[in-house]
Amino acid sequence: MNRISVTVDGVAYQDDVEPRLLLVHYLRDRLGLTGTPIGCDTGSCGACTVELDGRSVKSCSVLAVQADGGEVTTVQGLGAPTGGLDSLQRAFHEKHALQCGYCTPGMIMAARDLLRENPDPTPDEVRHGLEGNLCRCTGYQNIVQAVLAAAREGQEART
Amino acid sequence: MIPAAFDYRRPESVDEAVAALAEAGEDAKVLAGGQSLLPMLRLRLAFPELLVDVGRIDEMRGVREEEDALVIGAMTTHHDVMADPLVRTHAGLLAAATETVADPAVRNRGTLGGSLAHADPAADLPAVVLALDGELVATGPRGRRTIPARDFFTDYLQSALNPDEVLVEVRIPKAGNWGFRYEKFHRAAQAWAAVGVAVLVRTDGGRIAEARIGLTNMGPTPVRAAAAEAALAGAEGPEDVARAAQAAAEGTRPSSDLWGSAEYREHMARVLTRRAVLAAAGPA
Ligand SMILES: Cc1cc2nc3c(=O)[nH]c(=O)nc-3n(C[C@H](O)[C@H](O)[C@H](O)COP(=O)(O)OP(=O)(O)OC[C@H]3O[C@@H](n4cnc5c(N)ncnc54)[C@H](O)[C@@H]3O)c2cc1C
Ligand code: FES
Ligand code: FES
Repeated sequence: MNRISVTVDGVAYQDDVEPRLLLVHYLRDRLGLTGTPIGCDTGSCGACTVELDGRSVKSCSVLAVQADGGEVTTVQGLGAPTGGLDSLQRAFHEKHALQCGYCTPGMIMAARDLLRENPDPTPDEVRHGLEGNLCRCTGYQNIVQAVLAAAREGQEART
Repeated sequence: MIPAAFDYRRPESVDEAVAALAEAGEDAKVLAGGQSLLPMLRLRLAFPELLVDVGRIDEMRGVREEEDALVIGAMTTHHDVMADPLVRTHAGLLAAATETVADPAVRNRGTLGGSLAHADPAADLPAVVLALDGELVATGPRGRRTIPARDFFTDYLQSALNPDEVLVEVRIPKAGNWGFRYEKFHRAAQAWAAVGVAVLVRTDGGRIAEARIGLTNMGPTPVRAAAAEAALAGAEGPEDVARAAQAAAEGTRPSSDLWGSAEYREHMARVLTRRAVLAAAGPA
């Protein structure tokens, strides 16, 4: 067992974990944060994407011990503490960017990383920025629209 | 799947990492970004007893400039390699190829050193570092040694690194006035290359003076397209280039798999070499 300290969605935790425990299992099974789903065994689908120290990572391809001392944000840490949606969550809702919703947490976390690096992306740049995230329902069209809408809102907020 | 159990160490210096590996023997593995290793552990294709995580070793991260070479720490992530102004200035081919690797989340964790040490012939950066005549610097119990990229990739997923050595940095000779291009052919839904061609070209008075070509996924290791390189010397204009590119697959041993047959790969190597050389040589 190894002792780790991590902050997840603003809450500090200390836990003893086996080195083989994946970050996604730590979040889901130990902390009960089941908003982050698991879709594959190969790091390919992006469903499990979270932020680790400010950058998007696939939490199925990070060990919990590697996150020791770090700060994790999951989709559950977005928006107001009282339950309000943040701009990306609202845009996904308004643009109908999900059907079953399985890919949505990962899509939103990947889109955050994209908009941080490139606040005013073209549709093509959105598609490339989300290439690590698979959706089996929507055909992606409305996901791209939602990310562009959130980007526009961000631009307006800044001007 | 859940990986089989292993021990975990997180040294803070290269010397500590080397000591940890030496103590554990053959059953220890270095953990860098984990983007190849953790999927292998999850699929239970590897069973190390100890992982030595080099992720917090500061001396293994970052890019610096020496007189005639760029020195890139093995733990520098794909994201940081792509964004680095020194890399963009002196090793544009590496920056361009790294942009095609995987996806943003994988590039936030995966490292240049991990990509090379993994020695997957389908990965993009081995062929690129081979074309750039890079050198790999490893530290082990008997000190540091420098391995030319030409001697580094020994077989499928096999490198010249000993199990008790840590790859610490990659040295790339500054590219000077070479044109470059990485042409990668892949399925839209899959970042991995069916075939990739990394090209550097030096022109002189409208002719190609020298070309260096590294091939991705054309055999058990990345390879140089030596015959095409020789045929390109002195080439002038698209017809000469097209003729020389016909030699691109000579001496290669590509495999057949669900992404394409060996013959198809040979054909694509010729096509991509022609395209890459024309692009690297610039408007004629
Ligand atoms: C979905 C997905 C898509 C991908 N697509 C591509 C692609 O299109 N092109 C591409 O090139 N790659 C691709 N990759 C692989 C990616 O580039 C990995 O980051 C890279 O292969 C391994 O780097 P890493 O730092 O994660 O190494 P790790 O996974 O940590 O290690 C890989 C191997 O190298 C050894 N190793 C690592 N660092 C060192 C060191 N410093 N010294 C000694 N040994 C070391 C480890 O022991 C292990 O055996 C993809 C990966 C995923 C998950
Ligand atoms: S679960 Fe598929 S990438 Fe993590
Ligand atoms: S909405 Fe179902 S997978 Fe994307």
